[in-house]
Amino acid sequence: MEQRRVLEVKNLKTSFFTPTGEVKAVDDVSYHLHEQEIIAIVGESGCGKSVTQMSVLQLIQSPPGKILGGQILFEGKNLLDYAPKSQEMRRIRGAGIAMIFQEPMTSLNPVYTIGEQLTEVIRTHTKCSRKDAWQIGVAALEAVGIPDAQERMRNYPFQMSGGMVQRVLTATAIACRSKIIIADEPTTALDVTTQAQVMELLLSLVEKYKTSIIVVTHNLGLVTRYSHRVYVMYAGKIIEAGATEDILMHPWHPYTRGLLECVPNLTEDKERELVPIQGAPPRLQNLPPGCAFKPRCTCVSGLCRDEFPTLRRIGPNEHWVACHLDAEVSQA
Amino acid sequence: MSKSIPSQPILQVENLKIYFPIRRGFWGKQVGEVKAVDDISFAIEKGKTLGLVGESGCGKTTTGKGILRVYQPTSGRIYYKGTDIAEMSKAQIRPFRRQLQLIFQDPYGSLDPRQSVQAILTEAITTDRQRHSAAQIKARIEELLQAVELDLSMSDRYPHEMSGGQRQRVGIARALACDPELIVCDEPVSALDVSIQAQIINLLKKLQHSRGLTYLFVAHDLTVVYHIADVIAVMYLGKIVELMDAKDIYANPLHPYTKALLSAVPITDYAVERQRKRIILKGEVPSPINAPAGCPFHPRCRFATETCQQAMPKLTAVGGGHQVACHNLKQVTD
Ligand SMILES: Nc1ncnc2c1ncn2[C@@H]1O[C@H](COP(=O)(O)OP(=O)(O)O)[C@@H](O)[C@H]1O
Ligand SMILES: Nc1ncnc2c1ncn2[C@@H]1O[C@H](COP(=O)(O)OP(=O)(O)O)[C@@H](O)[C@H]1O
Ligand SMILES: [Mg+2]
Ligand SMILES: [Mg+2]
Repeated sequence: MEQRRVLEVKNLKTSFFTPTGEVKAVDDVSYHLHEQEIIAIVGESGCGKSVTQMSVLQLIQSPPGKILGGQILFEGKNLLDYAPKSQEMRRIRGAGIAMIFQEPMTSLNPVYTIGEQLTEVIRTHTKCSRKDAWQIGVAALEAVGIPDAQERMRNYPFQMSGGMVQRVLTATAIACRSKIIIADEPTTALDVTTQAQVMELLLSLVEKYKTSIIVVTHNLGLVTRYSHRVYVMYAGKIIEAGATEDILMHPWHPYTRGLLECVPNLTEDKERELVPIQGAPPRLQNLPPGCAFKPRCTCVSGLCRDEFPTLRRIGPNEHWVACHLDAEVSQA
Repeated sequence: MSKSIPSQPILQVENLKIYFPIRRGFWGKQVGEVKAVDDISFAIEKGKTLGLVGESGCGKTTTGKGILRVYQPTSGRIYYKGTDIAEMSKAQIRPFRRQLQLIFQDPYGSLDPRQSVQAILTEAITTDRQRHSAAQIKARIEELLQAVELDLSMSDRYPHEMSGGQRQRVGIARALACDPELIVCDEPVSALDVSIQAQIINLLKKLQHSRGLTYLFVAHDLTVVYHIADVIAVMYLGKIVELMDAKDIYANPLHPYTKALLSAVPITDYAVERQRKRIILKGEVPSPINAPAGCPFHPRCRFATETCQQAMPKLTAVGGGHQVACHNLKQVTD
């Protein structure tokens, strides 16, 4: 695989300034995406996964939210140099980086037909006639496996199932020739067989259109099946990153290991007791110093209390972890 | 778990049908019906868990609520400890109400936001219409909170002051307050984060052992059902298409729908997952309002023949307690 970086996020910080204080939703997050690559961002709810992706497209509501710093490099530009409502950002949101949300219905306008919305988006991103845009739209719907595409163009969103709407949004990304698709929990609201359909569709885009994909999910199964690399997030920070195989076969951080041990697996003895991670993720406000995972961690040392562990590289591969644990303990 | 002596099932469901009328217009004229549950049969032994899996709309919740007589069955029999409760009147069913309890997917929606935990539990405890002293109720609430591993200080809290996992524990405590024998757990962990899911699943298993509870466990997540259930029934459009020992769902699935469902669930075992064959179904589940004739799965089935379009295959035993409803088992398993 060609290792060209199509997106690079560096030291991103986003906070919400609420009456009760600053919520550090994204706290110094860095990651990148290669061409034709699928990466996964995993972690429990509330750890900052969505806010990170919304920051990339500057879709953060402000106030109370504010991007405090960092760089978002795309096609040789730092997107943070553009204002959220600028012409450039608007162009990038459609033709450069497309986002598919967990609740797909909310991304479509209920009072316009699918066709009206598709042609509208296509025409803002490509200079073409209404008629041509309609044809491109039909072709895109066909490409995502929607039967009777001509008919469907005349439907309103409420006349479609969740899986179907998810496919319409994917079609929009195809029609606009988006280079990157960010899919935020794209399958959480869907049934499993529909989930599989949507994921296979995204996978086919990587091969057919050289699209690169970021999947935000809490489902480690999806990660195992589809992603090349994984970033694990906890309390607004990336705490482990690496190739999917390394993360799943040799997880290092106690949080990553916890995530793997708390889910049942069809290939193992069904009587194995699940090992839950005790407690719940912290609120991202007034976090004490040290490692944010320590109240739930089973192997805390003195260092964890005072010093935040920075990401360090372990082993020969690009496997990174933010944990004070040394090798013997982690692999025990 | 050790093999136990075969016992009389605590619950036996025979040919259960639950149809909802579709009404139109001012006079509410019936124009059709939704065959939400269409002729299903199964049994659960005491102290065991039957897992009911299938995608949304296949009739899992309706089955659970039908057994609890929240919904009136259209036809069929529901034997609870040998007594048919399917057609009992409200008065006749009353003595059984407390023994049959329900835990919901969304504890938030099922708990009264204006009631504290203490009030919620007191209400459940006193449904037996016996006399309870204040001290007895207090002791009972403490016992229940301990059973669901909640701190005693929680009793003054209101639902919105608790996390999703804590609310689900209150939902479980409320069900336990009635000393039930059978609990219908309707997607009890589906709305929770994975780490919290594991806490609740472990708790449900522990309570089952210590109190001899029987569960009908409804979920769309096959891995969760595999873990918690002894027997699994796979539903599709109101029908049970396969019923088997939980261990067999991964080792020996037979129905084409079960296979597709299983294949659609990615597993976290990296080496195995990367080798697995994927079966991607075409289209979507049809609406039960105009369900296809014959086998409900035939429009999406690779193996469908003319027979499948005409006749619903019978759930047939294939040995080892394994039952499948498919006309083309031979071709499917080759
Ligand atoms: N509009 C907002 N105002 C205040 N806090 C917010 C807002 N949006 C998100 N947050 C906070 O940011 C944190 C991260 O949220 P999010 O990125 O949505 O988590 P995830 O996607 O990982 O579940 C959470 O603690 C959440 O409470
Ligand atoms: N009270 C009701 N009135 C009419 N139709 C209903 C009612 N409850 C459920 N249904 C329909 O019955 C079918 C089965 O629903 P349900 O049992 O809730 O499925 P599941 O729990 O498997 O998702 C669905 O098509 C649903 O729309
Ligand atoms: Mg999110
Ligand atoms: Mg349901």
